[in-house]
Amino acid sequence: MSNKTILRYTAGQRTNHWLVAILFFMAALSGLALFHPALFWLSNLFGGGPWTRILHPFMGVVMFVLFLGLVLQFWRANYFITNDRLWLKRVGRVIKNEEEGVPPVGKYNAGQKLLFWTLLACMLVLLFTGLVIWRAYFSAFFGITSIRWAMLLHALAGFVLVLCIIVHIYAGIWIRGSVSAMVHGWVSRPWAKKHHELWYREVTRDEHPDRPISKKG
Amino acid sequence: MASQDIIARSATTTPSPSVRIQDEVAKLIDTTKCIGCKACQVACSEWNELRDEVGFNLGTYTNPQDLSAETWTLMRFTEHETDAGNLEWLIRKDGCMHCAEPGCLAACPSPGAIIKLANGIVDFNQDHCIGCGYCITGCPFNIPRISQKDHKAYKCTLCSDRVEYGLEPACVKTCPTGAIVFGTKEDMKEHAAERIVDLKSRGFEHAGLYDPAGVGGTHVMYVLHHADEPSLYAGLPNAPAISPLVGLWKGVSKPLGLLAMGLAVVAGFFHYVRIGPQVVEEGEDPPGKDPAVHEIDPSVHTYDPRREDRP
Repeated sequence: MSNKTILRYTAGQRTNHWLVAILFFMAALSGLALFHPALFWLSNLFGGGPWTRILHPFMGVVMFVLFLGLVLQFWRANYFITNDRLWLKRVGRVIKNEEEGVPPVGKYNAGQKLLFWTLLACMLVLLFTGLVIWRAYFSAFFGITSIRWAMLLHALAGFVLVLCIIVHIYAGIWIRGSVSAMVHGWVSRPWAKKHHELWYREVTRDEHPDRPISKKG
Repeated sequence: MASQDIIARSATTTPSPSVRIQDEVAKLIDTTKCIGCKACQVACSEWNELRDEVGFNLGTYTNPQDLSAETWTLMRFTEHETDAGNLEWLIRKDGCMHCAEPGCLAACPSPGAIIKLANGIVDFNQDHCIGCGYCITGCPFNIPRISQKDHKAYKCTLCSDRVEYGLEPACVKTCPTGAIVFGTKEDMKEHAAERIVDLKSRGFEHAGLYDPAGVGGTHVMYVLHHADEPSLYAGLPNAPAISPLVGLWKGVSKPLGLLAMGLAVVAGFFHYVRIGPQVVEEGEDPPGKDPAVHEIDPSVHTYDPRREDRP
């Protein structure tokens, strides 16, 4: 047994994540500029109103494609397991930093998994509704009622996505060590054991071939 | 522009300069007097210096086929067969209705790109237009068009640049039959009322004024022979109103959404202040210990003595 750190994210995964993050910020800031008059000044970040209108859909499409890369790499780890239900029941304790009685979880806890699937749903809604309301290329193919629905759902999905990312970013600040996991890839053993114990056992299992996990303990 | 007061301005949450009192104006289009000569279409393109592309004749007098960024008004011709088997040629001059509650203005995200003047005119300021097309989404009458040349939205201005100097709109000036008249909205309603009495006396029992309340009334009004069924006139909406979808999209949900996002950030900050970060202390759980040996595998079975629902 060693104090070696554990690799949580490969360089490719980290790159993919941060590319999505950059595109998210660009798409979100330009989208918020059109979301409410109080935020229209954000359009100045992109060279003014017309440029914001021109660039926003392209940013969105690129973000979606890059996000698909994350989905392909992480969807399997975001399947729900039995412990997740109990974890969700005890989420109140998790929020208060009280670890007693919180069941161990795999590479992702139930909150992270919910976030993952919500992000995917939002991204799909944003993509399809975004195409419908993309005046320059696609709106001519749709009727006015479809366009109105798409406008509404696009704003709603964008709102949910931004809320999710606020939670996601704060969770990274709150749970020390998770930002560095996504920045340089490595986590400490105590970190892995504390936050993702089942994953920790899985990745350290082959270090103890003579001592397999047993029910008897 | 200082001589005309602005009483509503797109994507603006504070009042615009609006201390002056002005009479509301209106253009009254009497479809029962219209002969379909299209002089108004020509006058519009002349005054506004618009030259639409020459299209094709598709077997109808309606030409061009639709409004465009270069065609701000259009005579729409409908052949209507009455119950008695008579043919009626219904001709309607289509264009912006200048709603008292404009859906385009409500939907527009760009400050000042759409304004409503105190006299009731709804005007687009292409200089502030970003070309998103939200005005099209908001309009109950399907009027604004985005130009493929400059990606700006265009529509009838009610000749705001003429009205400002006390002139009537170009279409009104040119109409040879007096089917289009212009004045204060009150005067136009009075005039319409006289026309309707006349029409009723001549057998058009459903003659009436089209000034739809669903959009707060309009500053372009029609006298119709069949006011009970406006949709006969090339799909003029029977009961136009800003779509509830647009109302939801642009109404109270956006400030609430903004508030929720702000609160989420604030909630995170105070969580950090009150509860603080989760730090894994080195040695809290020495990594030398093999966790598998000392406890039951929770993925197989979980037992928690502190369960709240224990009997």
